[in-house]
Amino acid sequence: MPFACIYVSNFSIAAALRAEPELQARPVAIFEGKPPLEKVIAVDENAKRLGISPGITKAQAELCSELALRPRSALHESSAHSALLDCAQSFSPVVEDSACDTVLLNLAGMESLLGSVPKISRAIADRAVALGLIANIATASNPDTALLAARGMSVAPASSRLSRGQLAPAPDNEEKHPVTVIPAGKEAEELAPLPITVLFHNRLDGDEKKSADSLLETLDRWGIRNLRALAALPQIALTERLGQDGLHLQQLARGAVSRALVPVEAPLMFEEAIELEHPIVLLEPLAFLMNRLLEQLCARLGSRALATQELRLTLGLSNLTGVEDEFENLGLPSENDGNMWGQPPSAVRRSEAPRHSRQSTQFTRKLSLPLPMLDVKVFLKLLQLDLNAHPPGAPIMKIHLAAEPARPRSTQGGLFLPPAPEPEKLELTLARIAGIVGEQKVGAVELLDTHHPEGFRMRRFVAEVARKIPQKKTHDAVEAQSAVTALRRLRPPARVNVTLENGQPVRLVCPKKKEIQGEVLWKAGPWRFSGDWWEREAWSRDEWDLALRNGEEISFYRLVHDLLGGGWFVEGTYD
Amino acid sequence: MSSAVISTSAALSRPFLFDDEPEVGSFSTDSRKPAESVIAQVRHSKIKNQHSTIPLVTPASQLAARPTPEMASSGIPELDALTGGLPRGCVTEICGPASSGRTTVLLAALAAATRRGEYCAVIDASDSLDPQSVADAGVDLDRLLWVRCGDEAPKKSQVKRNDQSGCPMSRAPSAREVGKPSQKLFDFNRKSEKETISRQSEHRLEQVLRATDLLLESGGFGLIILDLGDVPPQAARRIPLTTWFRFRRAIEHKPTLLLAIEQRPIAGSCSSLLLQLGVLSTSRENLAHGPEGLSSAHVQLLTGLEINVELIRSRLDRKPSTSVMFETKTAWTG
Repeated sequence: MPFACIYVSNFSIAAALRAEPELQARPVAIFEGKPPLEKVIAVDENAKRLGISPGITKAQAELCSELALRPRSALHESSAHSALLDCAQSFSPVVEDSACDTVLLNLAGMESLLGSVPKISRAIADRAVALGLIANIATASNPDTALLAARGMSVAPASSRLSRGQLAPAPDNEEKHPVTVIPAGKEAEELAPLPITVLFHNRLDGDEKKSADSLLETLDRWGIRNLRALAALPQIALTERLGQDGLHLQQLARGAVSRALVPVEAPLMFEEAIELEHPIVLLEPLAFLMNRLLEQLCARLGSRALATQELRLTLGLSNLTGVEDEFENLGLPSENDGNMWGQPPSAVRRSEAPRHSRQSTQFTRKLSLPLPMLDVKVFLKLLQLDLNAHPPGAPIMKIHLAAEPARPRSTQGGLFLPPAPEPEKLELTLARIAGIVGEQKVGAVELLDTHHPEGFRMRRFVAEVARKIPQKKTHDAVEAQSAVTALRRLRPPARVNVTLENGQPVRLVCPKKKEIQGEVLWKAGPWRFSGDWWEREAWSRDEWDLALRNGEEISFYRLVHDLLGGGWFVEGTYD
Repeated sequence: MSSAVISTSAALSRPFLFDDEPEVGSFSTDSRKPAESVIAQVRHSKIKNQHSTIPLVTPASQLAARPTPEMASSGIPELDALTGGLPRGCVTEICGPASSGRTTVLLAALAAATRRGEYCAVIDASDSLDPQSVADAGVDLDRLLWVRCGDEAPKKSQVKRNDQSGCPMSRAPSAREVGKPSQKLFDFNRKSEKETISRQSEHRLEQVLRATDLLLESGGFGLIILDLGDVPPQAARRIPLTTWFRFRRAIEHKPTLLLAIEQRPIAGSCSSLLLQLGVLSTSRENLAHGPEGLSSAHVQLLTGLEINVELIRSRLDRKPSTSVMFETKTAWTG
């Protein structure tokens, strides 16, 4: 039963590089702690070459001008860990969350679906790269051996790594994300060159850390430097000196520990966030960052064969008053002309916990989609259009993007079905049109169950390909039904001055529309309507259908007498 | 009166192609030849071409015939008999004054298109579509996209004025509101009100054109209707002809049908079909099919209109048929 281990070495650095891919060409160091006692906790290979090592203070590290110093971000690490779990769960349903940087998965039965074990391993490595992580992949017949092999690859020198194990033939990307496949029965042989420290890789706290340190010290005094030496020790003598812990370590070194995985049911939460050192004012850099977050989100959703139907964008805004003064000093405009410094935010709510002693607020926008989609460009454009229409109103310090997962839609178009708009294109088009005419002025119509003359509301227009075409009636009956005299409404209705004779209109004059005036040639009515008398906005009116002569032309109008307000209005034209 | 040209950014950025224009570069343009010989060749070709002796310019009889567009039913059998239907991939204009049946034809075309399972869009320049009439005409409301052009975000003052001037469905104006001097101000600034209306119509037309551009670019719609029926002809004529060319090019060789409703023809040669509508009857008894001899209003009933359709222009190979008449029924007559 093969098991695979995905291990991301130097996890803090990997999380930072995933959030900021442009840092890959630069030496990077991560620091942590309360100022002024911040210390560097992780460095990458480039930084090591410059002499930067974990443990030095931030002030010391800042002396290196080339170094990119970043604070440790729980948000980035959480996102990277979620991505790691997504990567594992896209290959196997049985996944153990061993540590923040390590995931184990059971590959039993996957060979028939995904190919041989080396092929699966390379696919896992490629998927991890697609999710922004460079991971070590190792497969073995038991989980602990796979775990030690994956961790040992980053510890062992390259020469020893190449000499051992059955390396999968992937010469191009081998160095970036090495893949190791340990065949069954050769666990001890393959693990032998690994250093003894891989057994104590987990960062333990308290008493466990002390006992682990003492064990490592003891083994070091005995001259045990690698797993081969530990595996060669006599079992009984080792147990007499180190107890069951020592025996367990030896079994691990021999690759003889067999156990079942503890499967984790990772919640389907797809969130990405980024914290900024300097506030963003313009929409363009914000779009650049949102694009990066969306790419990560979509890659994660895609790895789980999911799409999204709802995107939630939460922007952490900096203090309004302080930054306003700052921008006034800089001479930047305060109107919403290209930047996001528009009206005071309407959807802003004050955050509970202020960040960095600033009074921070949050601005939330929700993007609901009619159908599940997975297109970064469409999402980005929709968010841009939405932010154009609803500017946050303050500089942005933090961007948080969450996607609600949904099953991807099945697009099975029929050969003989009429064409329908593509949902992604249509959504963008509707968003653009809404920016031109207004949000509530574009969409489909839904009639309400009322006799109110304007008894309708606008709702979202959705074009589904597989929508059922209504049943066809007989041709003649349908055509006869279609030729219905239509009313063409005036919005708002035009107020008219009416001359009455025996309570009936005989002449109309509309001060605003000169074409609506003249003698009444023909009239029908009144037809009395009323409703909503139980509401505050009750209505009651008499309707007349009449014909007016305007020059040589004759027009038909609907005249309305508002019985509550007392006015006369032309509501529309029969056309 | 100052005139304004309405154009969109898309109009400026796109190249225009006129397939009706002759190809300029069909002459020999060998740079090695002196200019005089080229001119002489051109003159020679013109002279010869009058007798159609050389094949330098292809005679019209030998031009490849443009494929006849697919025709779609307009939903009114009489209209289909007159025109053969509405051509796909072409611009169709339906003109007429108020109460000439333009909206009825519009709704009938919408109903026919949605019955075929197509998605339709109405770009309503004056926000005049009546949803109840749409439903009565048999249009599938789920397949209809309605773009209501107009003021994007009415200000508070406008809303208040609308309430006063207008909507009979709103509450009755209070005594305070009745006494406000807004009416006087309105009369005093009549000139500025005209300018405001003109500006509003320009703004609406700009919205219409931009929305149409976006919808045509999006694709997938079977029928797109530009409802310019309440736009004054003076304002509608400000739409440049290049815009209509662009629209025609955008739908060419596509199954989309672009229908423009207006008071007078404005698309020029871009429209493949031009229909003029009008009320047929002018006598009082024939205005509506009410019972004759009864003059009291409460026993009259508007049961429908008699619409006359005249085929003004058609680029399609159809026998010319001048006009046809059809009757409409109001929804309450059943």
